[in-house]
Amino acid sequence: MPIGEPKIALSQPIGDTVKTTTCYMCACRCGIKVYLKNGKVRYIEGNRDHPVNKGVLCGKGSAGIMQHYSPARLRAPLKRVGPRGSGEFQEISWDEAMELATRWLAEVREKDPSRLAFFTGRDQSQALTGWFAQQYGTPNFAAHGGFCSVNMAAAGLYTIGGSFWEFGEPDWERTKYFMLFGVAEDHASNPIKMALGKLKARGVKFVAINPVQTGYNAIADEWIGIKPGTDGMLVGALIHELLRTQKIDLEYLVRYTNAPWLVIRDPGAADDGLFARGENGKPLAFDKRSGVLVDATLSDIAPALVGEFKLPDGRTAVPSFTLLAERFLSAEYSPEKAPAITGVPAETIRRLARELAHAAFEQQITLDIPWTDWAGRRHEKMVGRPVSMHAMRGISAHSNGFQTCRLLHVLQMLLGSIDCPGGFRFKPPFPRPTPPPNRPGGKLGTVAPGKPLNAPPLGFPQGPEDLLVDEQGRALRIDKAYSWDAPVAAHGLMHMVITNAANGDPYPVDVLFMYMANMSWNSSMNIPAVLRYLTEKDETTGEYRIPKIIYSDAYFSEMVPYADLILPDTTYLERWDCISLLDRPISDADGPADAIRQPVVEPDRDVRPFQTVLIELGARLKLPGFVDENGAPKFPGGYPDYIIYHERAPGIGSLAGFRGEDGKSYGKGAPNPKQLEQYIANGCFYHHQLAPEQQFYKHANKAYLEWAKEVGFIGAAEPIIFQLYLEPLQKFRLAARGYGPVQPPDSHRRRIEAFFDPIPFWYAPFEGAVLDEAEYPMHAITQRPMHMYHSWGSQNAWLRQITAQNRLFMHRERARALGIADDDWVWVTSAIGRVKCQVKLMDGVNPDTVWTWNAIGKRAGAWNLAPDAPEATRGFLLNHLISELLPEREGGYHFSNSDPITGQAAWYDLRVRIEKAKPEEAGESWPRFERLVHPAGETRVAVSTFGREFREAAE
Amino acid sequence: MTALPETTAKKLGLVIDLDTCVGCQACATSCKEWNTGGYSAPLTDQDPYGADPHGAWLNRVHSYEVGDGTSSRTVHFPRSCLHCETPACVTVCPTGASYKRAEDGIVLVNPDTCIGCKLCSWACPYGAREYDYADGVMKKCTLCVDRIYNETLAPEDRIPACVRACPTGARHFGDLGDPTSAVSRLVAERGGFDLLPETGFKPVNKYLPPRPRRTGAEASAQMSGAKADAGDNGSLASRFFAWADKVLSR
Repeated sequence: MPIGEPKIALSQPIGDTVKTTTCYMCACRCGIKVYLKNGKVRYIEGNRDHPVNKGVLCGKGSAGIMQHYSPARLRAPLKRVGPRGSGEFQEISWDEAMELATRWLAEVREKDPSRLAFFTGRDQSQALTGWFAQQYGTPNFAAHGGFCSVNMAAAGLYTIGGSFWEFGEPDWERTKYFMLFGVAEDHASNPIKMALGKLKARGVKFVAINPVQTGYNAIADEWIGIKPGTDGMLVGALIHELLRTQKIDLEYLVRYTNAPWLVIRDPGAADDGLFARGENGKPLAFDKRSGVLVDATLSDIAPALVGEFKLPDGRTAVPSFTLLAERFLSAEYSPEKAPAITGVPAETIRRLARELAHAAFEQQITLDIPWTDWAGRRHEKMVGRPVSMHAMRGISAHSNGFQTCRLLHVLQMLLGSIDCPGGFRFKPPFPRPTPPPNRPGGKLGTVAPGKPLNAPPLGFPQGPEDLLVDEQGRALRIDKAYSWDAPVAAHGLMHMVITNAANGDPYPVDVLFMYMANMSWNSSMNIPAVLRYLTEKDETTGEYRIPKIIYSDAYFSEMVPYADLILPDTTYLERWDCISLLDRPISDADGPADAIRQPVVEPDRDVRPFQTVLIELGARLKLPGFVDENGAPKFPGGYPDYIIYHERAPGIGSLAGFRGEDGKSYGKGAPNPKQLEQYIANGCFYHHQLAPEQQFYKHANKAYLEWAKEVGFIGAAEPIIFQLYLEPLQKFRLAARGYGPVQPPDSHRRRIEAFFDPIPFWYAPFEGAVLDEAEYPMHAITQRPMHMYHSWGSQNAWLRQITAQNRLFMHRERARALGIADDDWVWVTSAIGRVKCQVKLMDGVNPDTVWTWNAIGKRAGAWNLAPDAPEATRGFLLNHLISELLPEREGGYHFSNSDPITGQAAWYDLRVRIEKAKPEEAGESWPRFERLVHPAGETRVAVSTFGREFREAAE
Repeated sequence: MTALPETTAKKLGLVIDLDTCVGCQACATSCKEWNTGGYSAPLTDQDPYGADPHGAWLNRVHSYEVGDGTSSRTVHFPRSCLHCETPACVTVCPTGASYKRAEDGIVLVNPDTCIGCKLCSWACPYGAREYDYADGVMKKCTLCVDRIYNETLAPEDRIPACVRACPTGARHFGDLGDPTSAVSRLVAERGGFDLLPETGFKPVNKYLPPRPRRTGAEASAQMSGAKADAGDNGSLASRFFAWADKVLSR
C-alpha cells in the first residue's frame, strides 16, 4: 500500500432494516427493497425476485427517497377559508374533515347520487374506488384512462380480448422482429428496457415508429419518423402489401378469428352488416367440404374466407375476411398512397412488409410442447410466427386511435402472431371475451337516491341498448361516457368532467371528489378555461358552479388550491396497497401476478392513506358492503382489512395468492387472515407460473381456458375469438341509420355512420381535418422524460437537477426556414391560444412535428418550488393550446376533442404554428399564472446534505 | 504531487454499452442514492428546490445527437470517472488525498486530507470530478468501493449501484486487467474503446460502440423473394381471392 492510503470501512451494512414493497414512482409497479437506517430511508433497490423488474430499477425508482422526503408534501387535512384558488386554507382535524366529507356526500346520496362525480387519477386501487362509486350509487366514476390510453385498451379488448402493456407483451425471449409504435418513454418502464437490451444482444431487428428519435427509439435498428396520427395509414399499407404478396396466415384466421363468419350484405336493411346467424343464434359460415351453411363456431368445418353466399332467406352474405381484403387491397391503402399522408416512403413500407413476412413465415418457431385446443384436438407442437409489436399512447391519444389500434391487431392476426411463440403474448387474466361481458351500470331509471348502482360504473357496451342515455339520447353521465358522443368510453372521460360540470352539460354536480389527478394543470386540456370553470360562480345563487370539491393528494399539486376540502394522502412508502388482478395486474405472459405495498415507514405527520379514508367514508355513509348487518364498519382496520376480507364474488378477492383458510389456494378461496403476512414473506408479490402447455394460444387452449375459468378469470371455458370484424360497431351504425329503439340525436348520425366502421380504417385526426392546415402546419406532441412521470418528478430534488426546464424540440431544417436559431424563444399558436417557450433544435424528429417534455412546466409556487424555479419561469405546458372541445358543429353542438368511439382525449392531434418571438420577449415562458403558496408555509432547505446522517451513524 | 502505484493487482472498472443505453438515468440516480449515504456522504445539493438546483453527482448521463440530417442518431452517454491507469488527477494532488489503490486500481479521494483546491478537476480531461460546495472537498466515482467488498451484501450484489440498477443491462463491472474476465472478453468481442486515448491517461473503463444497425438493405438481402402479384389476370383483389381460396382448399 503506498503511503497515504487510508483505511476504508468496506463492509458497512446498508441499513438496520430492509423491507420489500412495490414502487410507485410510475405505473410500472416494480418490486423494491427499501433499506432503513435509524428509521430513515437509506436506499431503495430493485427486488431480484420480482416478476416485473427482476432486480433492476429505473431512474425514477432510484430517486424515490426524494419523493418521500419532498417539501411539497401536505401536512394535515385542510379546509378552504379564502376564495377558491387563493390557497387560503385552515388545517383541521381528521374528525372534522371526515364529518364534513360525510355530510356533503350523504346529502347528495339522499338527493341524487349522480350529483357526485368521483374521478381518480393514476389510481392503482380502482377495484376499490370503482366499488365505492357503485355502492354509493353514482355512475359518474372513472380514472385517468380516458386521457391516457383507453383507445388502446378498448380496441384491444373488443378485438382480441387483451392489449399491450398490462394485457400482453411480446415474447421477448423468442421474437425475431420487433416493432414499437408510438411509445413515450414511460410506458412501460423497466420491462421494455430489460427486453430491448436482450433483443439487441440477440441481434433481433427493432423498428421504431415514432415522430421522435429519443429514448427507446434512439437505439432502434431503424427509426421511422412518421407524422403524428398517421400510423393507421402505415399499418393499412403494410396490410395491403401482405395481402398483395399473399403473405398471411389463412389457417390462423380460420382457426382463431371471425374471418369466415358471414356478414349480411343488404344495404338499407335493418340487419345490413350484421353477422348472418342460424336459428340457434350462432354465426354462420360456408363450409367448403359440405357446401352448406354451418355454425361458424364449430371446430370440424372447412369454412370459406372468400366468396359470396346465399342465405336461406335468399339474401347474400360474404365472409368478413372478404370485406377486409377488399378494403385493404384497394388503391386507397397502396404504399404509393401512404407517403403523402405518413411521410414514410413507399419503398420503405414495401420493405417493412417483406421483413415482417420473412420473420413470420420463413423464421417460424416450433416448440416441442404438445397442447390441446378448445375443441379437444391435440397438437404435438407449438408453432410460432416470431413477429411482435408494442404500442402505446402515440397511437391511442388521437381521435383516430381506436381504429388505428384495431388496425394493429388486425395486422397481428393476419401474420398469425398473437399468443404464439415469438409473437405477442397475453398476460393472464387476459385474454378475456371479446369484449368482456360486463356492461356499464347506471342505465336510465336505475340510479336512485340512497341506492347502490346495479352494476359497476365501467363496462363494455355491445350495442345501443347498453348506452347510458335518456329517451332523447342525451348523456346520463357527467362526462358523457357511454352516450352517443362516446359509446365505447370504457374508461370514462375524466378530461371532460370539470368542463361539463361547470357548464351544467348535461347537468351540474354538487360534489366533485378527486384523487391524485392534477386536473387544474397538466392533466387537463385548455387550462385557462379549466381554472375559470373551477372558480366561476352561479350568478343567481352566488355559489361556485361546481359547489364542492374534495381532493386527496399527498403533495401540494396545482389542483390543491382549487379544492374546498383536502384529504392529505401518504407517500407510497407509508401505506398498504394492492396491485390486484381485479384492477391492473402485474402479470407476465407466463402467468398472472399481483402484489402489495406494505408500510415501510410511519407517517411523520397528520396524513392518512386515501384507501383507508375512503373505506371509512363508506362506513360512515353506511354504504352496503362497507358496513355489516348491524351498521358497524366491515373493515375496521382500513385498507389491509379490505384487501384480505373483501370478496367480489364468493372466494374471489383483491389478491389471488395465499387464499383459503390455510393460505394454500390460488385464485379462489376463503379469505385468509394471514394473507398479507404471507405476501410479505414472499417479497410482497405472488406470481403463478402456468404449465408449459398453458402458456401459448391461451385464447384457444383447453388447459388454459379451463384453469382460467376455475380461478375466476373468465366465465366459461370457451374459445376467445378474435374480432377481425367488429359487429358491435355496426349495431351503433344501424341505429344511426334509423333502426332500433335506441336512437342517436340527429346531430350525431353522420358521425356514427362515418366512424363506426366494423372494419378498421384510417382517417385524418379531427383537429387537422377541421383547421386550415396552412395556418397551423405543424403537429405538436409531448412525451415524458424517462426519469420523470406525471407531475410528481419536479418536486424531486434529484430528478429536477436533470430536467427543470422543458424546451420545444424542433427540426433543424424547418427552424432554419422559419428564421429560428437554436435556443431562440418562439410563440406556439394553436386554434385556441398561444404559448411562449424556448426551442432546442434537433435532427431526429419528423420535420412537420414539434414536441416537448410533458408536465415539466409548473405553476409558480406549486409543489413548494421557489417561485423563480425554472419550471415556472422557463418551463411550459402545451396543454394550454389543446381544446377540450371541438369547434361547434351545425346545430350548435360541441363534441369533445376525443375519439368518437371511446372518448379518448385526442391531445396528440394538436396543430400549431411557430413564430420567432421578439428579442425583448425572450427569457421567460408564457402564460404565467398567479403564484401559489404552500398551505403549511414555505419550508425549503437551501442546501440538502441528505445522507450525512448515515455516515455519522456508521462512524 | 502524489505518486501512483507502479502496478495494480487488478484493474477494476466499468464497461458501458452505448448500443443499449436508452438514457433512463437509472445509473445516475442510483449512484446518487447510494453514494449520498455511503463513502462519499453526503453528495450535497445546492438550492434543491430553487432557481438553480445543482449538486454533486458521481455519474451523469448526457444525451445528444451525432451525425447530420437523416443519418443522425441520439446517443446516450453515461459519464463517470474512468479510473485511469495513469491519472493526472492523482499526480497533481498536492496533499495525497487523491490516490489510486494498489490492489484494484480504483481512484479515490480521501475526504480527510482533500483541501478542495480543485487542481484534480482541472487535470481530468473527462470532467469526472465533482466539487461538493457544502463539504468543500472533491468527490468522485468510487466504483462503489463500499459495495464491491461489502460482506454484508449478497455476493451477487457486490457490484456498483449503477450496474445493479441498469435496466437495459448496458453496464458491466469487472477486472479489465484480467484478459479472461467477462468484461475483458466483452470488450474484445464488441470492439470496446477508450475515451480520448490521445490524452494518454489510459482509462480503465471502456465503452462499447453501437452495434451495426440492421438496415433495410441488409435485412432484405437474406429474404427469399416475396411472392409478388405475378401475372396480371384480373384485379389485385380477384387474384388474391383465388389464391386464398386455393390455399384453404388444400
